[in-house]
Amino acid sequence: MKQLKVDAIKDGTVIDHIPAGKAMKVLNILKLKDSDVVMVGVNLASRKFAKKDLIKIENRELSGDEVDRIALIAPDANISIIRNFEVVKKSEVNIPEKLSAIIVCQNHKCITNTEPVTTCFYVEARNPIMVRCHYCEKSFGADEIKIAGIPVLAVN
Amino acid sequence: MKHLISIRDMTKKEILNFLNAAEKIEKSEMRPKFPDSIMSILFFEPSTRTRFSFETAMKKLSGKTITMSGSAGTSMEKGESFADTIKTISRYSNIMVIRSAIEGSVRYAAEIAGIPVINAGDGANQHPSQALLDLYSIKKTQAGIENKTIAIVGDLKYGRAVHSLVDAMSHFAPEFYFISPRHLRLPKKFRDELDRKKIKYNECAEIEEVIPALDIMYVTRIQRERFVDIEEYEKVKNSYVLKPEMLKNVKNNFKILHPLPRVNEIDCGVDVTPYAYYFDQAENGVYIRQAIISILLEGAQ
Ligand SMILES: [Zn+2]
Repeated sequence: MKQLKVDAIKDGTVIDHIPAGKAMKVLNILKLKDSDVVMVGVNLASRKFAKKDLIKIENRELSGDEVDRIALIAPDANISIIRNFEVVKKSEVNIPEKLSAIIVCQNHKCITNTEPVTTCFYVEARNPIMVRCHYCEKSFGADEIKIAGIPVLAVN
Repeated sequence: MKHLISIRDMTKKEILNFLNAAEKIEKSEMRPKFPDSIMSILFFEPSTRTRFSFETAMKKLSGKTITMSGSAGTSMEKGESFADTIKTISRYSNIMVIRSAIEGSVRYAAEIAGIPVINAGDGANQHPSQALLDLYSIKKTQAGIENKTIAIVGDLKYGRAVHSLVDAMSHFAPEFYFISPRHLRLPKKFRDELDRKKIKYNECAEIEEVIPALDIMYVTRIQRERFVDIEEYEKVKNSYVLKPEMLKNVKNNFKILHPLPRVNEIDCGVDVTPYAYYFDQAENGVYIRQAIISILLEGAQ
């Protein structure tokens, strides 16, 4: 593995192959605490793309909910879990077919924006991504998808 | 099927099942009766015509109806939630018909009602009984429904009836002609979907040139409020009016449909031609709604 320009971490998570410029978007959906140590690489050289972003978070492993959200922003990301400087698990993100309580419907006339209804979206296309609201049936492309905040209770 | 919420949920087989039942009911080959059933009709957004059509259908099935139209004087006006209203009224009735401006609200109601629910229009989203009666009208007048050439005229951008018709007809290998002012074109998302389904369509600005090729012309209203520029509206409104003299070289089976109400987009002179079918189409709405109610009530028993 090529030496990364960002310092290695002892324990934590590395999110690699984030599209260049999208690292901040990924950071926004992770519920980080003030004490979390995070390293961000922006516009790094990549073999897969011309450029990529990368995030390292110390002492933290991601929840399934967080991984699903990352997949929407960075469908080609890899997530590595690091323990004692070793990669113990490496996985690609995967957009599930059905996304519950993850996307906010951007149609302001949708029932999910007027009543306390949990949102549900179906992934109709992956490349480029297109999702459709289970309720109002409107479809949204990559630039129109708004990701819901992670409920505070789900964060450890 | 437990509910009728969206044309998108339906398979070709399910659509044909409704059309066939409507045909049998119209020909009196089938006489379903539900004397012990009550239909609740909740119209949060008023539409007299659709409401009458559902009430007539239920009465022809010997059933009873309870109706709420608009939210004035209701518990919702006193602050009751939509969910509580649905859960309560569903205890009074065996089947429920809902119309609301809030998109997706009828699907949500179906998830919490515990009885069959019919969507009679949810905002700009769906109005599946309209789409089914349009299909029934096509099938009835064309001796079949596959491989028809259909022009859709008017407001293709906002017209809910248009979008549902396009979705529903997509099961039957149609060829479409979309005729509209430029900024009321069928939205790209619908055109992309037609491309994915490999359905032939043509977009044009003039009605007259395509008429001889058509089996069906489906005319919709162009509403003034859709135009930012009133001058633009004044310019286009008269170029999408169907007149009797335009109907010279039509096919024998050619029919004109309109979801009604009509304003001026079909000249009254067209009404007396053998091609005008819109009032028959409205009558077909009763048969298709009888079929929908029967199938859903039978499924719930
Ligand atoms: Zn929605």
